[in-house]
Parts: sequence; C-alpha cells; structure tokens
Amino acid sequence: MRTVALPRIGTAAAWRTAARGLLAAQVPPEAVLWAWDSPAQIDLFGAEPAPVAPRGDVTVPKAFVALAENVCWHSDPERFARLYAFLWRLRRQPQLMVDRGDAQLATLRGMEKNVRRCAHKMTAFVRFRDLGEAGADGRRRFAAWFEPTHHTLEPTAPFFTRRFADMDWAIHTPDVTARFEGGQLSLHEGSPRPDLPEDGADELWGTYFRNIFNPARLKVKAMTSEMPRKYWKNLPEARHIPDLIANAEARAREMAEAAPTLPPVRAERILERLHAPGVLRGMTFDDLRKRAEAENRETQPGYGRIVLGEGPADARLMVVGEQPGDVEDREGRPFVGPAGQMFDTVAAEAGLERGAAYVTNAVKRFKFTLRGKRRIHQSPTSGDIEHARWWIAQELDLVQPKLILAMGGTAAETLTGSRKGILKRRGAVEETEYGPVFLTVHPSYLLRLPDAAAKAAETARFRDDLASVAKLVA
Amino acid sequence: MPRTLQDKLAILSDAARYDASCASSGTSRRDSRDGKGLGSTEGSGICHAYAPDGRCISLLKILMTNFCIFDCAYCVNRVSSNTPRARFSPEEVVHLTTEFYRRNYIEGLFLSSGIIQTPDKTMEDMVRIARTLRLEENFRGYIHLKTIPDASPELIAEAGLYADRLSINVELPTDAAVKAYAPEKSPGQIRGAMADVKAQRRASKDRSHTGKRPAKFAPAGQSTQMIIGADGSNDATILGQSSGLYGAYGLRRVYYSAFSPIPDSSAKLPLVTPPLQREHRLYQADWLMRFYGFGVDEITGSRADGNLDLEIDPKLAWALAHREEFPLDVQRADKAMLLRVPGFGTKTVDRILATRRHRDLRYDDLRRMGAALKKARPFITLRDWSPGGTIDSADLRTRFAPPPEQLSLF
Ligand code: SF4
Repeated sequence: MRTVALPRIGTAAAWRTAARGLLAAQVPPEAVLWAWDSPAQIDLFGAEPAPVAPRGDVTVPKAFVALAENVCWHSDPERFARLYAFLWRLRRQPQLMVDRGDAQLATLRGMEKNVRRCAHKMTAFVRFRDLGEAGADGRRRFAAWFEPTHHTLEPTAPFFTRRFADMDWAIHTPDVTARFEGGQLSLHEGSPRPDLPEDGADELWGTYFRNIFNPARLKVKAMTSEMPRKYWKNLPEARHIPDLIANAEARAREMAEAAPTLPPVRAERILERLHAPGVLRGMTFDDLRKRAEAENRETQPGYGRIVLGEGPADARLMVVGEQPGDVEDREGRPFVGPAGQMFDTVAAEAGLERGAAYVTNAVKRFKFTLRGKRRIHQSPTSGDIEHARWWIAQELDLVQPKLILAMGGTAAETLTGSRKGILKRRGAVEETEYGPVFLTVHPSYLLRLPDAAAKAAETARFRDDLASVAKLVA
Repeated sequence: MPRTLQDKLAILSDAARYDASCASSGTSRRDSRDGKGLGSTEGSGICHAYAPDGRCISLLKILMTNFCIFDCAYCVNRVSSNTPRARFSPEEVVHLTTEFYRRNYIEGLFLSSGIIQTPDKTMEDMVRIARTLRLEENFRGYIHLKTIPDASPELIAEAGLYADRLSINVELPTDAAVKAYAPEKSPGQIRGAMADVKAQRRASKDRSHTGKRPAKFAPAGQSTQMIIGADGSNDATILGQSSGLYGAYGLRRVYYSAFSPIPDSSAKLPLVTPPLQREHRLYQADWLMRFYGFGVDEITGSRADGNLDLEIDPKLAWALAHREEFPLDVQRADKAMLLRVPGFGTKTVDRILATRRHRDLRYDDLRRMGAALKKARPFITLRDWSPGGTIDSADLRTRFAPPPEQLSLF
C-alpha cells in the first residue's frame, strides 16, 4: 500500500505529479491511499512513498487533464481516489473520455460541475470592502471574507487578478487566503473570519438592490436557486431580502390600485412645444442645411454629395423620388435632371403645381460607378436607404405634408417598408407612420421604356396618377 | 431640497427596472493585468446577485435622468406622470460604476435615460459618461448604452467605440401600437438606428486597404426590448416581429418584458398582473427559433388564435401536434429531429451524437446525458426502451399540463 499526501495549496498540480508516477509504475488504484492536508497520516501507515515519473512519460486524453484539474478542488474526500480509478481504466480505453453514459465518468463530471459552479459563485459573490488607507505605492486596498463549498479559491484567484489589477486585495476563506499586492498573487494558510468594517458603498448597493427589484414580479424560487441561502450571510444586499418579499404584494397592489393622477401642468406645455413642426427632432431647416454642408466637406468614394429637397416649408404635398442623379449632384438641387424635367412636364399637364410642393429624394446622395469619365447610376441598397432615413424623416417632420407622393421602389421602401408590387399598388393611398402615402412609378421608368407606344401609355397612366394627387391636395 | 446620492440612486434605479436586459456576455476579451486599469470581460458575464423577482443583477442598471419630455403611456417616466424626478451628474454615474465595480458588485454599467431638452443633448451626456469611464478611469468592464431614438448618427458612432452593447427598444410589437402608446417615437427611426448600428459593426470588422484594423464597434452587438401585454398583439405577431428583427439587424437578443403595473400609471393602459407565464413562453419560443431550427409559423401554428399554449412549453406543444413524426429512434435519427424531441436540449443532443458513434445507447445513458426523460419518454425508442402506444393515447397532453387550478371555497 502506498500513501500519497497532497498539500492544501497546489493540490491539483501535486495530484497530477503523483498520478503520473503511479501510472508509470503501474500501481493499481486499490494499492493507493490518498491523504489531503494531513502529513500525520503518512507516519500512521508508514507506507512507501509514491514513485516519481518525469513529465511526458505518460499520456492521457487532454480532456481528462482539465477534468482532473477541476475535480481536485472538490470537497469529497474520495475525489483523488475516484480520479485515479478512472484514469486507470482510461489508460486502456481512451474512448471512455467521450462516453457520456459511463457511470464513473458521470460522477466525475458531476463533481466537476459542482466545482465549476462553486468557482463561478465565488466570482459572483465575493464582496470586497475598502480598507481605507491606501498602500505606500498609492494602490487602494480591499479585502473580502468568503466561505466556498469546495476548495475553489486557488483556481479562482487568477480571475480576480485579471479583473482587479490596479488595487491590492485579499480574499480570506477558512482554507486559504489569497493576497494580491503590488501586482503579485500569493496563497497562504486560511484564517478565521477577519473583521472587515462596512464602507459607505454597501449602503448604496443596498439602495440599488431594493429599487431594482420589481415587486409586481415576485419569484422567490428563481432567486434562491441561483443565489442559495448559504451565501446570504456574506452578501451585504441579502439583509434586505426578507423585507422586500414581505412587502412585495402590498406594494404591487398599491401600484395597481392607485388611481391615475392628473398630469402635472408642465406636461401639457412641454408636449405642445414638442409636437410643433420641427421641434420633435430638434432640427430646423437651417440646422439641416448646416449639417449637410458639414458632411459634404468630406467625400465618400462612389457617392455624391448630400442634396436636400426644396420647396415651401409648409407645402401640402411632399414629392419623394429615388436619389439625386448626375445633374442633381453637380447642381446641388433635386429634380433638375432628365427625370425631374419629365416630372415637371407631366405634372404641368396634370394640373399639379410643382412649385407648391416640397420635392426631395428618399436617399440623399448620388450613388455611382465610374466608367471612364462617366458616372453610372447605381440603385441604392437597403443599407443606403436605412442610412438615409434620418434625413427624409427630418424633412417630413419639418414640412408635415398632408400627402406624400412616393415615386418608385426606393421611395416606397423608405416610406411604406416595402418596394414590392408597385405597379399593383400605384394610384392608392397607404397609411404609414409618416402619414398618407400615394404610390406611383418613378419618372425615369418612363424614360427607359424603349417602345414608343408603351411609353405613351405609361406616361398617360403617370399623368392620371399625378392628376389624382392634385385633386387630393387641392 | 437637493437630493442626496442615495435618493437619486433610489429614484433612478427604480425607474430603470422595467428594462429586462442585464446581459453582460459575449463581448471582446479584456483584462487589466497591465496594472493600469480596472476590470475584465471574459466570455460569459456574471450575475452578481439576484433580486426577489428572480432577475439577475449583473450591471448597474440606471437612468441618467428620469426627466423626460416624451409621453409613452407604458412608462413611469413619461412627462405626464407625477413620479419623483432626479438627475445624476456624469461624475456621479462614473463614481457609482467604478466604486461598485471595485467591490465586485457588478460587471459594469447599463445606462439609459429619459429624454431631456433634445435627443442629441441627452445622447451627448451619455456618451460623455462612457468616454470618461473608458479614457479617464481606464475602465475595462462592460458598458451597455441604450441609445436615444433620433440621436444623430455621429453620436451613435462615438457611443459604439466605448460601449460593448448598444440597444434601442422597439417598445411594442407593431407600428400601430407604437403610434398609439408612444406618440413621440417613430418606429421607422428606431429601425433606421438599428440598421445604422449594424452597418457600423460590419464596417468595423473589415480591414481597411492599409490592413489596419478599425476600432471595435459595440463588440457585444445590439439588442432590443418589446413590452408584452400592453397592446392586443398575439404571440404570432410578436414572434414574427422578433424573427424579422433578428434577420434584418443581426440582433443578439430580443427581450420580452411583461407589461407590469407601474406607479402612477396612465389611464390608457390595462392594470393587470404582468403576464409572466406568457413572457416565459415567448422566451422559450424565441430560443427554439434561434437554436433549434423552428420557424415562427411552426411554433405558433398549433392554435387558432396565434398564441402560445400557456400550460405546456412550445416544443412539447409542437411535438403533440406532430405525433406522426414520433417515436423517434435515438440511435439513428438525424440531428435536426433529435433537437425537436421534448426534453432534449442542445447539449444532450451533442452528447448523444458523440457517444452513439462508439456504441448503442441505452435509456440510462440518456439520463446521464442530461435529458429530461419524463418529458422525452413517450417520444423516443432505444434498444432497451419503447413507449408502446403512448404516443397515440388521447390523454398524453393532460399528463404534461398542470392540473387545473383548484377553486377555493368561498
Ligand atoms: S422616451 Fe418614453 S419610454 Fe423612454 S423614458 Fe421617456 S417616456 Fe419613458
């Protein structure tokens, strides 16, 4: 019989070294006694010491190493023996490691889970207190007392060093104390609970805890399953729990029963101001122009400048096209290129007064690719549309038109959320969050039709649409 | 009388508790091992406490101010409510965040705000807080900023450089409901802001032609919240909206928040106990859409009213409505079908797949693999297990549904 004594600090590493030696010397599990943190036992049995094997002599599946590293911190006194027994089988059947149905492995995995959970709870529930005076090097000093279920301080301390590196701290547990001073972590024998005075932060934290709780949703079990009572005594916020639970129902009822109060006087004033044109978004036409100028100082490859709409600020009709074209971009004005001219002509025929409408585009920049010296129009993507939405929304808000005329797919997508089936939807008014929207085709569609007869027929339909619009805003 | 920090904290955390999100996971890894800063983030966030409402407290979740010029009917901070008001100075928020963090109370800050003066002014102050935390305090913990609808794109762009997560709430499941209950908000603007964040996140991942990596932009992505039960939308509408949001804006999460009575509530809204069970089922359904390959119509198709079954979970409801697909041979079935077995989680399915390559599975194996066998039993066959005819028995549903509530004698 061999006895292996493992130290309290560095347990996992020591177990690994010992197990490696035993395995190399072919010592079966039943011939090993494991002792933890009690050197006296060795003398008691007077057994032979464990053999040593150099690193690299024995190979085991990688997953086992990680498993053992965790299980060694469990509080079960049998943990070392269980690990070694499984390791002994593993040496002949390495595939055991992925057998999630094996009973021995299932126990070890269960223990690993306990340890992990315990370590995780430590990262969650340790509460530092400010010790007041800073150290000589100006670092602030904090300390905590914690009582973990398993021996998890050693594997968890590195987490705290990564997180709280610019301060000195100590975590005391009954087993082990971890100290981090001047950037160095050290582990020591444990100590009884030190006296750590409360600092003002605990009270603020308690205030937060009480107020973030919603008494209308009391779910005590959900709380205790994640924050078991055993932790409460070291959590400063936990002292508020009984009170919160006891009064929750009454508070929720009070909220529900309280009759709605009359709004404060200032509310009406604020809302009235808020809903005046241009206020809600906090912009004026001037602001908008300045913003566009500022953005136009930088060029974006493949895009022209921002071209804002134009027309009376109190127009009853807002006409929305796709995006500025080559001509519009050069002149910095909307609807002055071929499609704009087409629109003007047909509008005049239909009795729609263009000068009384605010004309603009859904997307504010000309998008193009260069072919030689020519800039070829590119349709805006839905990314372009979303990016530009802010601008058109500002314009809509400032103008607050009675009717919006959306011409073509891009305008339709911006204002109604969908560009599908324009030809079927044209000629009707759709209610949207921006107000009523009248859909029709884009005049450039007419320009592109190669067949003269088709062009004439489509132009007539477009004219009819514009005539309906003229009637609607009359 | 000027309010103390205690008072302000009480008011401004009380006002923040209706936001369901407290997540602090999935951001880029950082630590302070260089000794020059405070904080770390590593993969999954930590819940530092739980309130008696069962919700995790991971972040210091506060409003910068609960003064607000908007009038959203469901919100305690709306301009027409008589709730007590307060406002933190940026320094106070920074102080609370770092002092709480040093004591290991929190993972970081979740800051939102009522709207004061203008959206831009409000957003500017919030960005200033985040900037101070990052650049002056060298704070490396988690920051979640709730962006203000209508704030200008430049401010959002700066916010994304300091924050791990940005969020903007769609608030209600349909545009019509937003119009009715949050008249100052614009669903189009909200969607525009989400699209913008998505585009900026994408741009920050592309290397520029010089090969330099641009600064990280909101590495933990964006999320949103919908209030459930304030308007009349059914679950099919709600889930349809979520799946649209996940698809269009690459959201990390959609949170559902059961509408709960608020102090000084508006006469516009129903005052009922919050539909917590419905909220729970929606989360389950949301989970099924994201990790189990279910479509919206599959989940909400089993009932005519388009709502989820409140008594049994949505996966079980689906299985009961599709009994012809079961029982399933666990040794042979493909992954997609295994994922549809009630009581099998993704982890269980992975373990089944790994182990069955080597040997035949038995009933007891499944228990050790974490399957909830009470639920799964009627739907599976194994070498040593067959459910017999239970799958076709008429009372299968009643075995799972909780017994009807006892009526008390009066
Ligand atoms: S904008 Fe609406 S939801 Fe946000 S704080 Fe103001 S009233 Fe509440």
